[in-house]
Amino acid sequence: MSEKPEGRSIDPALLRGLTQRRISRRDMLKYGGGAVGLSILAACGVSGTATGNRSTPSVTNFSKIYDDGKPAGVLNFANWEDYIDVDSKGNSPSLRQFTKDTGIKVNYKTVINDNDPFLAKIIPVLQAGQDTGYDLVVLTNGGGIERLIRLGYATPLDHKYLPNWEKNADPKTKDPVYDPGNKYTVPWQSGFTGIGYNSKLIKTPPTGFKDLLNPAYKGKVGMFANNQDLPCPALASMGLDPNKATPDQWKQAADLVNKARGDGIIRKFYDQSYINALENGDTIITQAWSGDIYIASQPKSGGGDGYPEMKFVFPQEGPIYWHDNIAIPLHAQHPVDAITYMNYVYRPDVAGMMADFIWYVTPVPSAKDYVLTTLKDSTVANSPLIFPTTEDLAHAWQYKFFKTPQEEDDWNAVWQPVYT
Amino acid sequence: MERRVAAGVHVGKPRTRLGKRLAPYLLVLPGGLWLLIFFLVPIGFMASVSLQTGNLEEGFRQTWHFHRYIEVFQQYRPEFIRSFVYGSIATGITLAAGYPLAYWIAFHGGRHKTTFLFLLLLPFFVSFVIRTLAWQFILADDGIVLGALKRWHLLPHSFHVLATQTAVISGIAYNFLPFMALPLYVAIERIDRRVVEAASDLYANKRDVFLRVIFPLSIPGVFAGILLTFVPAVGDYVNASILGGTNTTMIGNIIQLEFLQNFHYPAAAALSFILMGILLVGIFIYARVLGARSIEEYV
Repeated sequence: MSEKPEGRSIDPALLRGLTQRRISRRDMLKYGGGAVGLSILAACGVSGTATGNRSTPSVTNFSKIYDDGKPAGVLNFANWEDYIDVDSKGNSPSLRQFTKDTGIKVNYKTVINDNDPFLAKIIPVLQAGQDTGYDLVVLTNGGGIERLIRLGYATPLDHKYLPNWEKNADPKTKDPVYDPGNKYTVPWQSGFTGIGYNSKLIKTPPTGFKDLLNPAYKGKVGMFANNQDLPCPALASMGLDPNKATPDQWKQAADLVNKARGDGIIRKFYDQSYINALENGDTIITQAWSGDIYIASQPKSGGGDGYPEMKFVFPQEGPIYWHDNIAIPLHAQHPVDAITYMNYVYRPDVAGMMADFIWYVTPVPSAKDYVLTTLKDSTVANSPLIFPTTEDLAHAWQYKFFKTPQEEDDWNAVWQPVYT
Repeated sequence: MERRVAAGVHVGKPRTRLGKRLAPYLLVLPGGLWLLIFFLVPIGFMASVSLQTGNLEEGFRQTWHFHRYIEVFQQYRPEFIRSFVYGSIATGITLAAGYPLAYWIAFHGGRHKTTFLFLLLLPFFVSFVIRTLAWQFILADDGIVLGALKRWHLLPHSFHVLATQTAVISGIAYNFLPFMALPLYVAIERIDRRVVEAASDLYANKRDVFLRVIFPLSIPGVFAGILLTFVPAVGDYVNASILGGTNTTMIGNIIQLEFLQNFHYPAAAALSFILMGILLVGIFIYARVLGARSIEEYV
């Protein structure tokens, strides 16, 4: 969806919330009343950022964060599984190249399984005003990254360190609604939520979300158990923009899915294990993320799972286009190293190297030439799942953006009973 | 040894007496401190959280919102009921499967008893999440078992095990079997063989020997086994999330979701306390009815 997010300034309610938090949050931290010092520390940390970054964005003191711009030589990077290029020895060529170019040693850790559980681990640390141990984290929009930004736990980015991003980033991914002006984040990779199916068992290719409700596939349909990948496609199938639908329309869409659930059409609401279910034959048609289906369909010799019958469909009502973003958590020890790396991954050759392995949508369109001419991998370069065309993106919808925590709670109250 | 004690008495008699009086307290001190720091403090903290109101972004305030307990209980009543039903059935299965097992090892294990016990414990060497995931693969609709049976037309094509209540309950029973079998084994093993012989000498047939001598004497083991199995089984969420489907969500899954996914700390804390409360009351009654009496009889 190239639709421009409405230029929203900061919600006053949000500001109120941020200022209120300073006092009340302390209660959460009083572990048995013992750690008062800790809570005072936390209050200082929170208040400092809340006023510094939020209400007066124009005067962010970058030199305070990035000092003289000299890297420390270490970068602690928290990422998801299978989300970087890996050679046959298990090392990442792009990370090796980065260390060679800059002298910065990268401690790469795949510690993120899911947005909220990961946040649940780092938020208490940030509340205590301490370093999480990570200089870079990767979080998805539609919940995770917004939470980090809203809580004031993301370090503002000094764009003078990001010339490659300025030059090479896909303009469609710039200035997103969840981070206006890319103040705190830049995209890592994007992907689509659409439909995956087993073409051996389903002869007529599905066309949209409604095929997931087809009684002919009773008990063999997989859907996502989260508050974005299930609701957004359901709303899109009703011809609605997930970001503009009204609470009444949310309920109608929920009823649609609930009925299929009651009729036993839906086998289960899955987390990332949906892909195993599809490969094992537990499901034959399922909601799916584009990169996973691509990996499943590629031969084992090429690093895939060896299920050529697995196919991905862009629903005719439009796929959901989501973005994983890199951010520097507050109190990170090596912010210069982190922002240097952010800039590095926006080099077309580096982005190409990674795209050729990760198989999700790279935020650097010019990486396509590198994949095609240097890596000579036309399968990847020509796949719409990795380098989508403007047409593919024209009908795509974005994850629901929650304007307030209350809106998120209301949304969850409608959807959670559907998938639990 | 004796001399040293004597010397000690000689040097500091009053101190030793004080030490003697303090000894039981000193002995209980590490355990007591452990309970205080790692049980009472977090429990108190969670109790306070359960009565707060707010959200992660705006913060939580202590509002003493006791009504939340009623709200969340009503909201998640089906999951509560389901958890107790699954837990009960699974405990019943482990008892039915574990008793003969423990009995056989205790009475007929011979000199290989330790080997059999080791085999019983062997699964513990692999994480139980991994073992449950393995079942997910083994029981897949077109997996090595069901796939083969379907190809030979022994099962209809739509037949499946995963995503059913049966799968979840069996998974729980499978995972908790050793918790039942071990206390049973200990109880049965301790039975004095001469009592069994005496029963036979007094013309009890095999059935009577079991029903009137062995089983009553093993009741403490049954009591402990049920306790050790039922409590974790009711709170389990791994089996439901790996082996379950759309209608097998247990209360553990809800607590996990509320805590880690929604950041509804108060609701999650309240749910945990409700679960704990029901379990404690249940166990109290159970202990009064079965436990205490049977243990008295045993002694």
